[in-house]
Amino acid sequence: MANLGTDRVKRGMAEMQKGGVIMDVVNAEQAKIAEEAGAVAVMALERVPSDIRAAGGVARMADPTIVEEVMNAVSIPVMAKARIGHVVEARVLEAMGVDYIDESEVLTPADEVYHLNKKEYTVPFVCGCRDLGEAARRIGEGTSMLRTKGEPGTGNIVEAVRHMREVNGQVRKLISMSTDEIMTFAKELGAPYEVLLDIKANGRLPVVNFAAGGVATPADAALMMELGADGVFVGSGIFKSDEPAKFAKAIVEATTHYQDYQLIADISKGLGTAMKGLEISTIAPEQRMQDRGW
Amino acid sequence: MIKIGVLGLQGAVREHIKSIERSGAEAVVVKKVEQLAEIDGLILPGGESTTMRRLINQYGFLQPLQQFSDAGKPIFGTCAGLILLAKEIVGQQEPHLALMDIKVERNAFGRQRESFEATLAIEGVAPDFEAVFIRAPYIMKAEANVEILAKYNEAIVAARQGTILCTAFHPELTEDDRLTRYFVKMVEDVKKELAY
Repeated sequence: MANLGTDRVKRGMAEMQKGGVIMDVVNAEQAKIAEEAGAVAVMALERVPSDIRAAGGVARMADPTIVEEVMNAVSIPVMAKARIGHVVEARVLEAMGVDYIDESEVLTPADEVYHLNKKEYTVPFVCGCRDLGEAARRIGEGTSMLRTKGEPGTGNIVEAVRHMREVNGQVRKLISMSTDEIMTFAKELGAPYEVLLDIKANGRLPVVNFAAGGVATPADAALMMELGADGVFVGSGIFKSDEPAKFAKAIVEATTHYQDYQLIADISKGLGTAMKGLEISTIAPEQRMQDRGW
Repeated sequence: MIKIGVLGLQGAVREHIKSIERSGAEAVVVKKVEQLAEIDGLILPGGESTTMRRLINQYGFLQPLQQFSDAGKPIFGTCAGLILLAKEIVGQQEPHLALMDIKVERNAFGRQRESFEATLAIEGVAPDFEAVFIRAPYIMKAEANVEILAKYNEAIVAARQGTILCTAFHPELTEDDRLTRYFVKMVEDVKKELAY
């Protein structure tokens, strides 16, 4: 008898992506460039985050035509984004056979109070987090993979660094705590107690945690691996650079060999201009994507 | 002690390392070609086969891996690793390492939503192995020199050809080390033989 959509199957899929790079693409052509460059998966979107930021207005799930086009173009897994709390967008993507759904703050939230109950789905989910409380709440709801939120579409790594350090620092603190201190820690973090007990018992998060939100160069990707990321999402960084194919390959290599600095120097030569970055303090508070999600 | 490497270019490397250690052998992550000289056996982990192949080419692993196998040293491929080992892949012009006389189909059970767990009987390993299949391939055809170790609904999902072992599923995602121990035994036997 076959059991579909178990935790092992859903979390295991993300385990297979470890050490890899997941790239945002908006059409079949970009998807093929990403696959050829060695991406472990692609995220099918209507617009990359920096264009979403520039366009303003409401950002929704991509047109299913685009998602389908990307699914037909490559043999690697295809992910797609649904709005936070948008049950129907998520169900539509699941029905289409998308391999992973990102319940994403890059899109305009559909619900300002509740996230999806991700345990009910056969398809696995990835969710963003800035600290252990947020990570544990998403795990409690059934996410099978985490990523830092960073600040999407900025090409500025500072927020992703903050979020990765925060989560990993709090995990280390939790592991060193005695069990009688954990309930109060759960209260402070707004985290489900049982999830924290599980993390303490196993000495690590129960799902993989990738870096996302601001990766623009091979060195940025390697930095996030150094800080303990299991892999890297690159949104606007690749297809907003001068030479996407070269850039994509270089980011894949830097992620695999993140501690081989000579190699990172070599692959970073002559890559052309990276995407133009944004200083975080110039973004109006209501434009910050990382504050979406609860 | 036996030393077993796990090809660490991408994928579920850590899980295999832990399983090897629990099975009483020394484990090492292999990221550079030179490291192949210091190990007795190698595991090709699960992950994305297209990504691994690109990195194998990039760092000149292709021939050294084939030579490693030709020298009689055992290799165990899981999921993506099985695809790397096959001589024929449906829909692809060229195979990767081409070390096993098998024809495989990628994502043969479907996409992620069709991924599943099932209990399998594996010849010589376990009558009740909890197998986790994730966007898994299967073996459509195996030559007579390939020993079929397990089937799921008529599809071949575990096989052995001399010193090469492969599974379409992920033993590394469970706490069940019986397959890893089987492989460690293969490596030990070969090491004894090579010592003569």
